[in-house]
Amino acid sequence: MSDVRSAQGGRDTLIRYIRDAGGVGLLALAIFVPFIGLRLHGETNGLVLHYRPKLLVIGVVLAMLARLLVLIWQERRVHQGRAAWRAARVASAGKYVAPALLASAALLPLVPGIANFYIDLGVLVMTYVMLGWGLNIVVGLAGLLDLGYVAFYAVGAYSFALLAHYFHLSFWECLPLSGIFAAIWGMCLGFPVLRLRGDYLAIVTLAFGEIIRLVITNWISLTGGPNGIYNIPHPTFFGLNFNLGGGPGTFSGFFGIDPDPKQLTTYLYYIIFFLALLTNWVTLRLRRLPMGRAWEALREDEIACRSLGINVRNTKLTAFAIGAMFGGFAGCFFATRQNFISPDSFTFIESATVLAIVVLGGAGSQLGVALAAVVMIGIPALLQDLSIYRMLFFGLALVIMMVVRPRGFVSTRTPSIALGKRQQISSELMSEGHG
Amino acid sequence: MIAYALQQLINGITLGMVYGLIAVGYTMVYGIIGMINFAHGDVFMVGAYVGIIVLTAFSGMGIAAVPVGLLVALLVSVALCGVYGFTIERAAYRPLRGSFRLAPLISAIGMSILLENFVQTSQGAKDRAIPEPIPGGFTIMQQHGFVVQMSYMQIAIIVTTLVTLGIFTYIVTKTPLGRAMRAIEQDAKMAALLGVNTNRVISLTFVIGSALAAVAGIMFLSYYGVINFFIGFNAGIKAFTAAVLGGIGSLPGAVLGGLLIGLIESFWSGYATIAYKDVAVYSILAIVLMFMPTGLLGRADIEKV
Repeated sequence: MSDVRSAQGGRDTLIRYIRDAGGVGLLALAIFVPFIGLRLHGETNGLVLHYRPKLLVIGVVLAMLARLLVLIWQERRVHQGRAAWRAARVASAGKYVAPALLASAALLPLVPGIANFYIDLGVLVMTYVMLGWGLNIVVGLAGLLDLGYVAFYAVGAYSFALLAHYFHLSFWECLPLSGIFAAIWGMCLGFPVLRLRGDYLAIVTLAFGEIIRLVITNWISLTGGPNGIYNIPHPTFFGLNFNLGGGPGTFSGFFGIDPDPKQLTTYLYYIIFFLALLTNWVTLRLRRLPMGRAWEALREDEIACRSLGINVRNTKLTAFAIGAMFGGFAGCFFATRQNFISPDSFTFIESATVLAIVVLGGAGSQLGVALAAVVMIGIPALLQDLSIYRMLFFGLALVIMMVVRPRGFVSTRTPSIALGKRQQISSELMSEGHG
Repeated sequence: MIAYALQQLINGITLGMVYGLIAVGYTMVYGIIGMINFAHGDVFMVGAYVGIIVLTAFSGMGIAAVPVGLLVALLVSVALCGVYGFTIERAAYRPLRGSFRLAPLISAIGMSILLENFVQTSQGAKDRAIPEPIPGGFTIMQQHGFVVQMSYMQIAIIVTTLVTLGIFTYIVTKTPLGRAMRAIEQDAKMAALLGVNTNRVISLTFVIGSALAAVAGIMFLSYYGVINFFIGFNAGIKAFTAAVLGGIGSLPGAVLGGLLIGLIESFWSGYATIAYKDVAVYSILAIVLMFMPTGLLGRADIEKV
């Protein structure tokens, strides 16, 4: 009897799957026909269409297979229902993951025989870790949605580039200045948006990022416009530069070793490593100060904050300013690392990437943000062979990761302050802020 | 010079109509499920591409009647963009409904990147151009040798927009679907309790919004004649700005915002520097929002304790 029923159920499930996959196939057909099935060729006014039926069939079949896999996976997930158990495991593993990650990050350039490429990749990932942590102050702690974070990155980078270009200042002189300039710009952004909430705030921050980029692009006499600024100096090591020529004034000459491009990369790696750690440390400290507590309170409930006498204006402005300051530091570092900057490096897609890192990490979680930066920046960089398909997969991965883990990698949090025993709570209990 | 100003006015209104149509899609989605549909601008771009493909197919078959081709392109594009909107909502937004506010935003940004690169990889990164589909126009006035022209294309765009918006307004205000949409906008849970199939209505909202974006895409294609895979970003941001300027969630606000942005752009390009026209748009947005934090026609946010 039960066999019959389960066989019946099995057949129903199968029919449901086939019907579902068939529907997806039809949708895929409609979506793929104009873009995969047909292709425009030729020049202006002489366009012709080429047909690619084989590719179209492959695309549709792939879409149907993907849908079947999703269905099977969903079925399994319903049966397992071990989410709580897994969350507990992740939480306990988190205790070891963070120090392990830190140690491996600190030792990465010292691995014997490591290629320069990987250290350079580490520099890139670490830059995004720092940007993620900086934006985390604004989005994760204060709950203010900022879609124009790249503006501060640009301000930091251009502060250094312009000061180096016109006044011949060095990296170490400009690093604090870049942070200060970015913080001032952060407050400039903060003032007009004090009263705005939610999506109004989002569009103004986005617009702010675009304004900065457009001004940099069009103010050609100052910034060189789209051509950018060349010959930005690399940082020096207590006055020693990293020229590959050797000689008395250089790092290799002073220590009597062979010049190697790896020395500069390693040095850059440790600079950004410590800058990122500084960001993390300051954030963790600030969370214990009244200011940090006010940020988190603001995220949870703005009205309650106001009723309890918290100065909402100052709280928001400090969040913008401090978040922006770290963006400025990172920008200054970016300029010195690249040697060359142009407005192309500061498009909206950068802001979106950093925001994605913050959200994917689990807004507010420092460890999650670092993990997300490694996943989102490190993996695509390793897959450079895919070249033009890289961004395609990047977009697809963003959608999939969000759908699978809407609360990010680290979906538990330890509250900054608790009555009695402090314990991990689910991020579901955390408000995301409306400002 | 009045003639010069009049010409800018005509150009600005044409441009504003296109922005307004896209902005309506943003504002509808926002009104109903409260999320920024970042992929909307890219649906507009898909619409324009479908248009150029249909037009190319027509000329390949040796059919020379451009207005017919344009009409067919419009219909095909509307239908296909509807499918796109439906699929995007089902795949990327529905699983995230009711979760963390930033999750659908990131998903939408991912979808936007995906669409852009899908079109880029499948159709190439090159600009694609078509000859002007409806050439010519008529002269409105002449002053000191400056000729004010209104092209037939501009008239077609303004008429199409008005017709589309008319149909759309009819759907929203007079049909059961429109009533359901407005009900969900006010209170989704209550609407569901009273028997409104919210999933279906939300899907249809995306389909309608995408269809409007497709109309805008075809108009963009036939007005400028050149498209590439990246046009969706700029147009999307502008339309989003328009929606927010008008007060997000308000349908007349979206059209008003679109028109305003079109006019600002065209007058700024005509009288100041063309390079800073976008800066002007964004600055005016920031200034307006400083004094009216919910946009021109937006409802004030009621703070509940």
